[in-house]
Amino acid sequence: MASVDLVYFAWVRERIGKAEETLDLPASVVTAGDLLKYLKMLGEEYETALEHENVIRVAFNQEHVDHREPIAGVREIALFPPMTGG
Amino acid sequence: MSGAAVRVRVQREDFDLAAEIRTISGDCHEIGAIVTFSGLCRDEGGTLDALELEHYPGMAEAEISRICNEAVKRFQLQAATAIHRYGRIAPGENIVLVVTASPHRQAAFDGANFIMDFLKTAAPFWKKEHGIDGSAGGWVSAKDADDSARDRWTKS
Repeated sequence: MASVDLVYFAWVRERIGKAEETLDLPASVVTAGDLLKYLKMLGEEYETALEHENVIRVAFNQEHVDHREPIAGVREIALFPPMTGG
Repeated sequence: MSGAAVRVRVQREDFDLAAEIRTISGDCHEIGAIVTFSGLCRDEGGTLDALELEHYPGMAEAEISRICNEAVKRFQLQAATAIHRYGRIAPGENIVLVVTASPHRQAAFDGANFIMDFLKTAAPFWKKEHGIDGSAGGWVSAKDADDSARDRWTKS
């Protein structure tokens, strides 16, 4: 069990219904993509927020990563929609 | 370019273009060109009351710094400043400022363009629209055109 801080932004945050939480991830969750699939099993709100997995952006310790990136050693994971700043 | 100054700020308050230009030009008299880009909030044909800008504190600054440092290296800029606001922003107000400096104009133009293209697609900010009818409108969707604009820098 690895404990990580999860932070959510924009409509991902609104749909999940919270801005942050700390979760103990099972050993079967190896990559960012695995995490998305795992979260979707935690409830309807996660399922709705993460329905279109391919549009969800992931950052590890405040840097963008691919869904194939391994989580090992990461403290903070952020999930958010495509960015619309500027 | 030794000692090129990269200045990045993420703030709620407005910024002053002239002051940012003076900060850059004041400490380097080898600068021959300064380009500024300002992004403003549109009123969307009179329907928009305000934009609400959400950001990821920490990563927003870090990501913009990465982009500015890359631009400094790639275009040999003498300075790059990027300021992005967050919170509630009304039509006509500033959202973002990019200032670049170089010995000749082309690098400063290209550097500002490059910074904006990556800032729009990689800096963690999200816009939500509030309508004048009181509706807490939707989140603004990311545009494919912004991805294409970014991708042209990686071609060839």
